[in-house]
Amino acid sequence: MYAAATESLIKQAREIKEEELQRFCGRIFKLLHTKDVSGDTVDSLQRLNLIVSATKYARELPSDLVMKLQTLLRSSSCPEQLQVLSSSIIRESFPPSVHSLCSDLSHDSRTSSHVASVVLAQVSHILESRLSDGQISRHALPILSKMSTVYPEILTDDQVNLVSRKLVDWLRYASMQQGASMSSGGFFSGPRTRQPAPLTEVDGVVTGDFFTVLCLGQSYTEDQWMNMYTFSMIKSWLLHVPSYAQPCNDDRSEVDSSVMSMVSATSSSSRLLPPKERLREKAFEYCQRLIEQSDRKALKKTDTELQKACIVESVSIMDIICGEDPSYVYRAFPCIKALYGRLNGDLAYARALLPIAQFYLNHSEIAAVDSEAVFCQLFSHCPAEQFNEPMLAFEFVQFCLLNASVLQDRVANYRQSFPNILKFLAWNSSGLIAEFVELLPSLIASDTAIELLHTILDLPCLAAALDLQQRSACYQASDRTAWDQQGAKVAACLDAFRQPSYRGLFLYILRPEAGTGDTIDRLKMLHEILADMAESPRVVRCAQVVPVLLHVYFNTVTQKADEKMMNQLLLVLLERSSLVFSTHLQALCKLHPPLIVDQSREILEFASSPANIYSKEDFYTHVVWVIGEYLSVSYDPRCTVELITSFFESLEAVLFEITQVRQSASPPSFSPRLITVLMTTLAKLATRSQDLIPRVSLCLSKMRTFARSAPVMTCYSEEDTEEIITRAHELINLLKLPNVAQFVLAPSAGGDGPRWHRDTNASLPQGMRAVSGLLHRHSSSLPT
Amino acid sequence: MVVCFLIHTVCPVSALSAGETRILYARVFGPETGDGCDFTPEQRRLMQKEKLHVVARQVRSAVALSREASGGLCVEAVLGEEAAALGEADSGVFSLGNAELFPDRSVVLWLGVQSLAFSLVCRPHENLLLAEGTLRNIARHCLEELRLLGPGAEVLLKSDRVDALLHRLLPHGQLLFFNHRFVLALDKDIANYVSK
Repeated sequence: MYAAATESLIKQAREIKEEELQRFCGRIFKLLHTKDVSGDTVDSLQRLNLIVSATKYARELPSDLVMKLQTLLRSSSCPEQLQVLSSSIIRESFPPSVHSLCSDLSHDSRTSSHVASVVLAQVSHILESRLSDGQISRHALPILSKMSTVYPEILTDDQVNLVSRKLVDWLRYASMQQGASMSSGGFFSGPRTRQPAPLTEVDGVVTGDFFTVLCLGQSYTEDQWMNMYTFSMIKSWLLHVPSYAQPCNDDRSEVDSSVMSMVSATSSSSRLLPPKERLREKAFEYCQRLIEQSDRKALKKTDTELQKACIVESVSIMDIICGEDPSYVYRAFPCIKALYGRLNGDLAYARALLPIAQFYLNHSEIAAVDSEAVFCQLFSHCPAEQFNEPMLAFEFVQFCLLNASVLQDRVANYRQSFPNILKFLAWNSSGLIAEFVELLPSLIASDTAIELLHTILDLPCLAAALDLQQRSACYQASDRTAWDQQGAKVAACLDAFRQPSYRGLFLYILRPEAGTGDTIDRLKMLHEILADMAESPRVVRCAQVVPVLLHVYFNTVTQKADEKMMNQLLLVLLERSSLVFSTHLQALCKLHPPLIVDQSREILEFASSPANIYSKEDFYTHVVWVIGEYLSVSYDPRCTVELITSFFESLEAVLFEITQVRQSASPPSFSPRLITVLMTTLAKLATRSQDLIPRVSLCLSKMRTFARSAPVMTCYSEEDTEEIITRAHELINLLKLPNVAQFVLAPSAGGDGPRWHRDTNASLPQGMRAVSGLLHRHSSSLPT
Repeated sequence: MVVCFLIHTVCPVSALSAGETRILYARVFGPETGDGCDFTPEQRRLMQKEKLHVVARQVRSAVALSREASGGLCVEAVLGEEAAALGEADSGVFSLGNAELFPDRSVVLWLGVQSLAFSLVCRPHENLLLAEGTLRNIARHCLEELRLLGPGAEVLLKSDRVDALLHRLLPHGQLLFFNHRFVLALDKDIANYVSK
């Protein structure tokens, strides 16, 4: 598709020299002045177009050529191809083109806005006059729509009323017969025998009501085209224009508004309505008709797709109208309810459910209509069945984002349905993570927060399970060839998915709702079964977004959590520590230090096991640091001497085990930082129960031997071994003055993490060095 | 309203680094909203080009990720097989979030056909069903009128055809509700234009 030839053309276009370009422009200028438009002229213009668009920096073209192109643009006899090319070249070149309408385009926004209003005045003037050549108004309508969207305050009330009247005509009173077609009839029928054929609905039935975009004809009249254009821009118009229109000082508008207050919005008296309100009425009727027309079975696929788009648009427009005038709500609801009844359960129309749900969210309270069924369908079924539809997933998540606060407060099963909603993210992690970062806080409820944490941690498992579910649905078990074609690993997982004994596990992970329990006992087994899927792209991508979600989760939860929840969170962290960042542990304990005593049993168990060092060193190091920092009577009066002693003994045993110097010892697989943190923590605990000081001093004195042993010397750098020795030495000295030590080793004011032991800016090493220096001058004994 | 339409590469291009993309056609439907008037037209043009490249690069990654995840094998279609190529195309959507590229929370809709992608940047809360149908229709015409499945460079030298077809299918960025008869009428009109 994209070939080297294309690439070299671009290169040429970019690298053309200035003189060559000027010469080329001169040639084009001459060509444009010849009578006939030759293929050569068109080719040259096309090349010029390429040249001016190929570079980031604008190219300057000779002004006479630019003027000539502008003339071409304005001339109605000029072939369209030249107009298109001229327009494109002018847009892309420098200086920016100046239309005849705006001779002095300044940078001042007020001036530009006036210029724009001149354009608009021209446009509305065009709309006003009767036109035989409908082409102009057909193209003017999108311009008008665009300008009114971007600068809604530009239109005066008069102009808005004028346009509203035209829009009503096009929307509601377009011709009911087909347009005259040039080639209809055939050889034997003359103009007189040709009857204009009736329009049909999308299913072929002759149409009986007013013209809409869902009416078919061999060819269309001009006002039918305008009907289609009008409907296409009506939502934007209703949304932006009426509220912004500048009131004019005309008496007429006051009369209009007083009429409005006397007349209610019913179709029988709509003739009396002022233009804006009348447009609203007609737009409403149009939408109702489209919804009815969408019930027909279209003969062409294009029309079926259009019906869906029409449903979405119509419901949105009705939503806007009801928002502006609540009296419409009572007329709208029967229609919307019937529509929902029709579409419910039809997977092909799932995307149309979202605007309907939005409508219910906005207006069901006013109408005292029960919306529970709609949201049940939306949250309990939709995601489970269609998580793999990218457009639906996107729109669903956008819907949740837009309405997050309302859903949280008013729709009970929104937060309950997080297992379902997270399926969208599991399937398309990279595409939806940005949205979920914003959405996640709204899904956190106090009764399901722990379960949500587990679900986030299990997100890659969910991705794997969804993948298997999809494949399993596609391939019959008997079709071994298709099965095996997916690779041995996937095939093995598929087999497991199909096994009855694992059914419960998969049913749990694929559950639609929260509340059946935090997590399952046999989670480990599920991890093992799915291990072979761990390298599949979807699962890998999912694993990459989990840390991001965890950050958001913890940031939100720590703001609102009570003591009970914090305890539960800590347990989860310890349980699933391989996946969790240590910073969360720190944040949690800093917020609520008594956690250490509350969960002392679990923490002790975790810290006592050297196996945890090898699998989760970073996390383990943080646990040790947190113990040293917060296990103190100053944080929790329940902290007894016994407790401190039991922690001390466990950590001492670990340090002893990992620093054993033996002939057969292998080099340490952990970082030097772990040693320094262990030593410091032991020292801290000793200052709080001073009987332990001799023990820790003995322990520390062995560190020199450890650091100087052969395996360690080969593994750690010179600086690291020096640091371990120096730190051990400083701690021993410090502990000779227990009261000073207590002060120096007290929890740091900043609550910093276990800093890299060589960080000279951290207060602890500084403090210790100062004391050490002091001691050095007064003491003559140094450990050997 | 559609803010812009792009045709760009999603295959590796030798002259560019990995992940970079070459924009073959770009059309921005002005005017741009409140950008601040502190920039010269020259700067504004440059900024616009940069913004388009950012969008194109994001689409490139999205296409790559989507194809990797679905793991499907790509069968290269040739000239004459446009319908098949379109049927096999991957599509997707993402939001530009609060990045100051286009109006807040603009949405990018993309369609990846072999080594090229067609992208639409839409204003937020646009009718995405309609936008999707429009994008497919535009892509179909581009594949046919520009002979994109062949080795030629018509996309660069016959870009006026894209302008002309956008003028009919997406005038000034306005999405239109075409039933199949409107589509046929416009197909004829476009064929007329191309044949001249």
